[in-house]
Amino acid sequence: MGAAAVLAVSMNAAMSARTDLVVGVVLEPPHLDPTAGAAAAIDEIVYANLFEGLTRIGPNGEVQPALAANWTVSGDGKSYTFKLRENVKFHDGTQLDAEDVKFSLERAMAESSTNAQKGLFEAIQSIETIDPATVTVNLKHPQGSFLYNMGWGDAVIVAPESAETNKEKPIGTGPFKFGNWAKGSSVTLTRFDDYWGDDVALEEVEFRFIPDAAAAVPALLSGDVHAFPNAQVGDALGQIQADPRFEVVIGATEGETILAMNNGKEPFSNLKVRQAISHALNRDEIILGASSGNGVPIGSHFSPANDAFVDLTDLYPHDTEKAKELLAEAGYEDGFKATLKLPPPAYARQGGEIIASQLREIGIDLEIIPVEWAQWLEQVFTNKDYDLTIVSHTEPNDINIYARDDYYFAYDNEAFDAVIEELDQTADPEKRKELYAQAQRIIADDAVNGFLFQLPKTGVWDAKLNGMWENQPIQANDVTGVSWED
Amino acid sequence: MSAYIAKRALTGFATLIVASLVVFAVLEILPGDPARIMLGMNASPEALAALRDEMGLNQPLVTRYFDWISGMAVGDLGRSYTYSTPVSELIAERLEVSLPLALLALALSTLIAIPVGVFAASRRGQAADTVSMGLAQIGVAIPNFWFALLLVYVFAVGLRLVPAGGFPGWDSGWQAMKALLLPAVSLALPQAAILARVTRSAMLEVLGEDYIRTARAKGLPRRTVLWKHALQNALIPVLTILGLQFAFLLAGTIIIENVFYLPGLGRLVFQAISQRDLIVVEGVVMLLVAAVILVNLLVDLLYAAADPRLRTSR
Repeated sequence: MGAAAVLAVSMNAAMSARTDLVVGVVLEPPHLDPTAGAAAAIDEIVYANLFEGLTRIGPNGEVQPALAANWTVSGDGKSYTFKLRENVKFHDGTQLDAEDVKFSLERAMAESSTNAQKGLFEAIQSIETIDPATVTVNLKHPQGSFLYNMGWGDAVIVAPESAETNKEKPIGTGPFKFGNWAKGSSVTLTRFDDYWGDDVALEEVEFRFIPDAAAAVPALLSGDVHAFPNAQVGDALGQIQADPRFEVVIGATEGETILAMNNGKEPFSNLKVRQAISHALNRDEIILGASSGNGVPIGSHFSPANDAFVDLTDLYPHDTEKAKELLAEAGYEDGFKATLKLPPPAYARQGGEIIASQLREIGIDLEIIPVEWAQWLEQVFTNKDYDLTIVSHTEPNDINIYARDDYYFAYDNEAFDAVIEELDQTADPEKRKELYAQAQRIIADDAVNGFLFQLPKTGVWDAKLNGMWENQPIQANDVTGVSWED
Repeated sequence: MSAYIAKRALTGFATLIVASLVVFAVLEILPGDPARIMLGMNASPEALAALRDEMGLNQPLVTRYFDWISGMAVGDLGRSYTYSTPVSELIAERLEVSLPLALLALALSTLIAIPVGVFAASRRGQAADTVSMGLAQIGVAIPNFWFALLLVYVFAVGLRLVPAGGFPGWDSGWQAMKALLLPAVSLALPQAAILARVTRSAMLEVLGEDYIRTARAKGLPRRTVLWKHALQNALIPVLTILGLQFAFLLAGTIIIENVFYLPGLGRLVFQAISQRDLIVVEGVVMLLVAAVILVNLLVDLLYAAADPRLRTSR
């Protein structure tokens, strides 16, 4: 009798695995249209869950088919013909066809477009609809990253009928449709029953905005929130790690944390000074202090999670004597004074203290100036009014920023620009890998910035949850594969 | 009397105009381009320009000030840069959380503070007085965000009686009330501590007056003397403090709403500042200034009603 009762109870539990999920996120998105804003907070809710592109980025950064079931590339690498999936419906019931693809891409490219990543579409010459299920994109020149670009949140496919209202009431093709947005509180997505692909296990996903680190810990402990894909729990991490109810997973991101130097300003325009600084940095100490020891050291502006990563961390090993010599050769035997502007994230504020003490050892006296994000964007990023700063660049494959004119590093190297230009026109994967390696080496040799570590992603969630992403190759919380253990 | 009211109202209005100038000027010189913050580090210059145009940021300052102030006169506070919805709608939505929270906290603190203050005054110098004023001292000293976290760990994490934060919306009835409980208590206690001390000293002062002695001499019960005759007269200074506390309460909700991630006015303004959604900040600040001016005006009027001497002497 007792055994039967226990069996009945456990069977009952098995039958009713949970289908709801509450995910904690730090920032509330300004709106929900990923094609009209750069805020990562938008993609963190809608990417792959609500909106889909021709391609998508998988959990390890690989390009996967999405709305395009497959594609062919012309011999000259300038034409991509996508075969769309059949029976794809938008959440308002309208059918997806080639016209929607043409509309979405042309809208993103348009002059009046506020797409924050217009650069993704720069190479596109024209878009042709062959039949309702086939679309050809013609490029001005071969572009190796084209399929990857089409997987960004900024390149998702939207319908002309709903494009204008997606900010408030997003209509996509994903397995979840928009449910409710309680401003200031949460966004809820519900399962879309007419989804073209495999059914998702969850019926409802709520993304709850919890900006305060001190509030995140009790939210988790009380069971109010089931998962923080990017947990900002500070010193409480150890406590959570020891609690068997939770799983803590340290994953990789595309975030390169750097000590950026103003290459356009004395004395940082001097290669020897930059090399001296690079030698003075002790990455292990910095990683320990700025990321609780979870960051992975980098030697150039590329993530170790990336396939084309080259390990250059030994180029400027920690060597205070060598650093002092280089500084003397550059004419700064007695060192110099400079400023270090630090934005709000803990990696910058804490890392900054450590770096300042390391540079003091070779005679560089840093004045630490904490700034908020708005100030950082204005002073450092836009006006280049800075000597040194610490920031994490979280966009994937963004080494091409070193080729940009007028970028805040004020770095200029024709050889590097040439590599990036060739890269942009190369589709062959092996060749691309080699070019990426060259690019990494050039900026590392030039010690453009102090390359510190890859930002870790600290995921904390209920131990009974399966399918949460371990890594973060793009800024998204794809919950399409998430389910509760029976 | 009406001349007095008119004069007070006019002063209030002038203050509002000055405040609007100051608020606008201060916020406009803050560094940070709202368009850049919305579009992020890698945005193209064209996208930036398009957005700045859309947001009306390319207009001269003076034009923008007059647009803003004339809109405000007819209840139009402009459109949020980030949410792109009318600011007045955003504020109305948030008031649904903040106003009940503030009122609940105010009610709680009054309900706690006045009996404690009266009680302490009536037992001046005795153990009960020392203990309750000692507690009040602690209440004043404890930062309310710390106290809030303590409550969360005990009642949400430990006992699981209430949620740790968030707000489910008024549709959910009792759940919504439960979500406001801890925030209201954390807001109310420090306020109650101050109010209790004020009540106590006001009571002590009144208790020494001749008419109290007369009342006692008439043989009225101690309770009647204390709660009716004395308290009624001690309420004027208490009222002043309540009026002042209203402003503090609004500021306090900013902190508390962040600890409990409640979608109230405090969270809105906090978020708007970091995103440089200036028009929202301006709207909320003006609303708060207006509220404080209005409450002070009401307190003044209540004074005048209670004490006829004030009407002529000002």
